[in-house]
Amino acid sequence: MIEGRVWRYGDDVNTDVIFPGKYTYQPLTAEEMAQHALEDLDPDFAKEVQEGDVIVAGANFGCGSSREQAATCLKAAGVAAVIAKSFARIFFRNAINNGLPVIELKEGIDGIAKGDTVKIDFENGIVIHKGNEYHFPALPPEVLAILEDGGLIPHVRKEMGKEKYP
Amino acid sequence: MTFAEKILAQKAGLDHVEPGQIVTVTPDFCMSHDNTAAISKIFGKIGVERVKDPERFVIVLDHTVPPSTEKYALGHKEIRQFVAQQGIVHFYDGGVGICHQVLPEKGFALPGTLILGSDSHTTTYGAFGAFSAGIGRSEMAVLYATSKIWLKVPSTFKIVVHGRLRAPLTSKDLILKIIGDIGADGALYRSVEFTGAAITEMSQAARMVLSNMAIEMGAKNGYIAPDDKTFRFLEGRAVRKYYPVYPDSDASYEKVLEFDASDLIPQVAKPHTVDNVAPVEEVAGTKIDQVLLGTCTNGRLEDLRLAARIIAGKKIATGVRMLVLPASREVLLDALSEGLIDTFVRAGAMVLNPGCGPCLGVHEGVLAPGEVCLSTANRNFKGRMGSRDAEIYLASPATVAASALTGVITDPRDVFEGGAE
Repeated sequence: MIEGRVWRYGDDVNTDVIFPGKYTYQPLTAEEMAQHALEDLDPDFAKEVQEGDVIVAGANFGCGSSREQAATCLKAAGVAAVIAKSFARIFFRNAINNGLPVIELKEGIDGIAKGDTVKIDFENGIVIHKGNEYHFPALPPEVLAILEDGGLIPHVRKEMGKEKYP
Repeated sequence: MTFAEKILAQKAGLDHVEPGQIVTVTPDFCMSHDNTAAISKIFGKIGVERVKDPERFVIVLDHTVPPSTEKYALGHKEIRQFVAQQGIVHFYDGGVGICHQVLPEKGFALPGTLILGSDSHTTTYGAFGAFSAGIGRSEMAVLYATSKIWLKVPSTFKIVVHGRLRAPLTSKDLILKIIGDIGADGALYRSVEFTGAAITEMSQAARMVLSNMAIEMGAKNGYIAPDDKTFRFLEGRAVRKYYPVYPDSDASYEKVLEFDASDLIPQVAKPHTVDNVAPVEEVAGTKIDQVLLGTCTNGRLEDLRLAARIIAGKKIATGVRMLVLPASREVLLDALSEGLIDTFVRAGAMVLNPGCGPCLGVHEGVLAPGEVCLSTANRNFKGRMGSRDAEIYLASPATVAASALTGVITDPRDVFEGGAE
């Protein structure tokens, strides 16, 4: 169970506004990436985001480019989970592959506002907001295993019988 | 079974699959570009020395060519070293073209193949009857190590386009109309099959525009049944024998959408989403600072021909910068020999080297705050081409060419030689 403060965005948040193309081909550290997170959508985000915050958005979150930094910059910024009505497929995969939980929630999102607190019960698939419970479907077991191992690279290393990457 | 079900069953070694099922597959080809520098570093974390099947990987440098910064140059150098170390033979250095044009030209985009690329517009090869989709960098690194990946079998939308496109209307107007109607998530996670008389009549290049932009409505892939036009294009190019896959006649579609190309009028996507589409009349007269003709969406020979036909003998409007970005060296050479480049340069345009150029805002023509660009590219997101306070409109090569002459967004039917057909 996690509890986090909400950053609230609308539909079709694309990967260009999450992580601008001009930084995409530069080798940046996690901290540097975090500084550019959501730069072209909400310049306040990178300045004020705190460890454990949750992004709540509308439909088609992460549409556009396949850039994986759109997921890693949010993870690096301390985002604990992204809850949205739906996700673009490449962002969805990138998030799981970097150990960033993504929750597809069909009901309840419209009532959640910036600054609210949400609780997420991953085990039972429930988002709790102002006492209301909203259920989300479990990930397929193959996909959940990647998330639980902390991402695709640690997952693959584990499958190969290798030790956790330092 | 639909095309997606049939090909994913085949690649997974199963007789039958259902939408929603997760399968493990080995792609026929995998594509990455300048992001190979980052991918090779992720590959290093897996702890595997050698790329498992080097012949499966195609690497094309296109996003930052030639490099405009030392960091980009270093990235390219690291990629060349990785390619040499790992014995990756299908490597195309800067100048050959944009990956989504190079893979078809070099004969990798083959009917009945599964192609994954660490680029969202990998959907382009669907126009050749391939199942092709974008993936992330970590996934590409794991493919280097294992050649295996999981995919979910998508359900399928069939988009039937009746009628016939009349010049100067192009497949770009059609795909903008479709995306405008169904929305940026209208085909989210779905496989899309484009079919109908208008598609059959289209050139191979025009079909590529539809598959290229299938991702802009959220689709996983955008398939067009390969036919004689496809096979002719691949003659002398195909890197190996191929076996086309077609959907079964009794395939089950989640939705069938119908459009008519005959009554289409020029379409423009307004800032800042691709589905914010309007007929050209609605935005005609909007002042522009820059036009971009080219990219992986509309940088092919027929696009340049159409634009040159409109621009020939005229001058670009004062105060407008016109950038011409051919999709590949092959396209550039053909355009040179046909005199198209001469037409553009005499009209006052700047011709860029084949590559991604300013489309993603890294170099070669980025926008200042307050500027407006009309582009033949596939995305108009806020900040995409530079400043977050710039505006990008998307349209066909004909609309872009017509507007370059007037300095405002212009209906190409007003200036097309002899009027619309």
